[in-house]
Amino acid sequence: MIFNFNDYADLLPLITNSLIAGALLALVGGLMGVFVNTRDMSFAVHGISELSFAGASFALLAGTDVVLGSIAGSLVAAGLIGVLGARARERNSIVAVLMPAGLGLGILAISLYRGTALNKFGLLTGQIVSVDVPQLAWLAGISIFILAVLALIWRPLAFASLDPEVATARGVPTRLLSFVFMLLLGLAVAASVQVVGALLVLSLLVTPAAAALRVTKVPALMALLSVVFALTSVLGGILLAVGAGLPISPYVTSVSFLIYVVCRLIERIRK
Amino acid sequence: MAEQKPAVVRIQNATLSYGETTLWTDLNIEVKPNEFIAVIGSNGSGKTSLLRAILGQEPLTTGQITVVGKPAGQANHRIGYIPQHRSTDTDVPLRARDLLRLGYDGHRWGLPLPTRKMRARVNHVLDCISGHELADKPVGTLSGGQLQRFRVGQAVIGSPDLILADEPLSALDLHQQQAVANLIDEERREHQAAVLFVTHDVNPILGMVDRVLYLANGRFRIGTPDEVLRSDVLSELYGTAVDVVRNQGRIVVVGVQDHHHHPDEEWV
Repeated sequence: MIFNFNDYADLLPLITNSLIAGALLALVGGLMGVFVNTRDMSFAVHGISELSFAGASFALLAGTDVVLGSIAGSLVAAGLIGVLGARARERNSIVAVLMPAGLGLGILAISLYRGTALNKFGLLTGQIVSVDVPQLAWLAGISIFILAVLALIWRPLAFASLDPEVATARGVPTRLLSFVFMLLLGLAVAASVQVVGALLVLSLLVTPAAAALRVTKVPALMALLSVVFALTSVLGGILLAVGAGLPISPYVTSVSFLIYVVCRLIERIRK
Repeated sequence: MAEQKPAVVRIQNATLSYGETTLWTDLNIEVKPNEFIAVIGSNGSGKTSLLRAILGQEPLTTGQITVVGKPAGQANHRIGYIPQHRSTDTDVPLRARDLLRLGYDGHRWGLPLPTRKMRARVNHVLDCISGHELADKPVGTLSGGQLQRFRVGQAVIGSPDLILADEPLSALDLHQQQAVANLIDEERREHQAAVLFVTHDVNPILGMVDRVLYLANGRFRIGTPDEVLRSDVLSELYGTAVDVVRNQGRIVVVGVQDHHHHPDEEWV
């Protein structure tokens, strides 16, 4: 059964952690998505998430902290893409090279792992329904760090992303910002992998902001809508998934996709 | 009194070469406040590299450049920069007024929270560039001339000491060229800013230019348009016979090989 809302009230306390984690990641994903879209890095997000998956799988195999493994994989990918792919075209081919390599390594590690199948699939398709306290602490720490740095660099990062030539002329440290942004992106992907899984990270870090961009070109409103869309997708997805007892990711991605389709329709009607 | 003011840009014994190619040697220029200098020369003569050197983005081979008394690259917030027109992506989340704002405080750290002072400044610039009607349009929907008007506004909103313009009129029609050039001239007078204006066509700005810096063959000439834009001076600079023809108030240089232009697309 896809939906079953009997005993729903009894289930809610069990998913409080998941809801908190989901809200934090939606906030991070919605805001980071603004820059992922304006810097044309959607594909890079996908590449980073595959290496994050590889890192997490090896951590699972080695019996160490999965979140740490996932962060390590993410940062390696973000670093490689940042160093080797300064230009958009180079970046795309580097991502396309890294992606299958990461996915392959991840599958290798998972195949060698003798634990429960739930953990294995969780890394690819999400497992937020079972967020525990240490995991939540990790996610909260990463999220707060990302939000704090983002608040500090928002203005010059926006300048460098939207108007790079003039930003460089005005003395904005575009290279440093680019590096810091890749670091934040790596962390955001690693955190999101815990919730929606490596395959579906794009639905958190790209889709909400892409949907917002369809209906507004006002910078502040776009950021706000992006966060609202991300929150709706994640929290709505979790609440629906609880009723069904299925993984949350199909619900999150469906809500996220639906919002995008509606935004495109609104854009079409306005024209 | 203008002569007593300190130079906005001081270029001393500057040479820039890449391997075997020397773009210019022993360049010495002092740009005074409120002075309008056109930088001209054929493609590859190092016009844009000169702007990049002044911005501190291109290390000199020898010599030095200071901007408002500081080494190049250390006072870029005192510089307004007008880039060449490029059609922007329609998907950029930026209205015309946001473009102005980026020029005002985009280089500062922190969140772009609105302030009364910033709003007042943006409105003032919108008055100057007659931009109120376009202010809320996405930049991706502006025409070339409209966008360049906002580029001028973006460059002057921080009351810069120096305006660097890199081919700001290219890709505009003649009417728009004149309108944007006049706007740059008005704004630099209001802000007492010096202007270095890189162009391959001096005609739209001929009436406002104080001096011309002509780059060719790794060498240069600087002086008033009448001193530099002459057949004998440019022939010597190019080392080949060059004709400067004045026709109906326009200046055309004939006889220069420039592989990047069609022969019928005469310039300068």
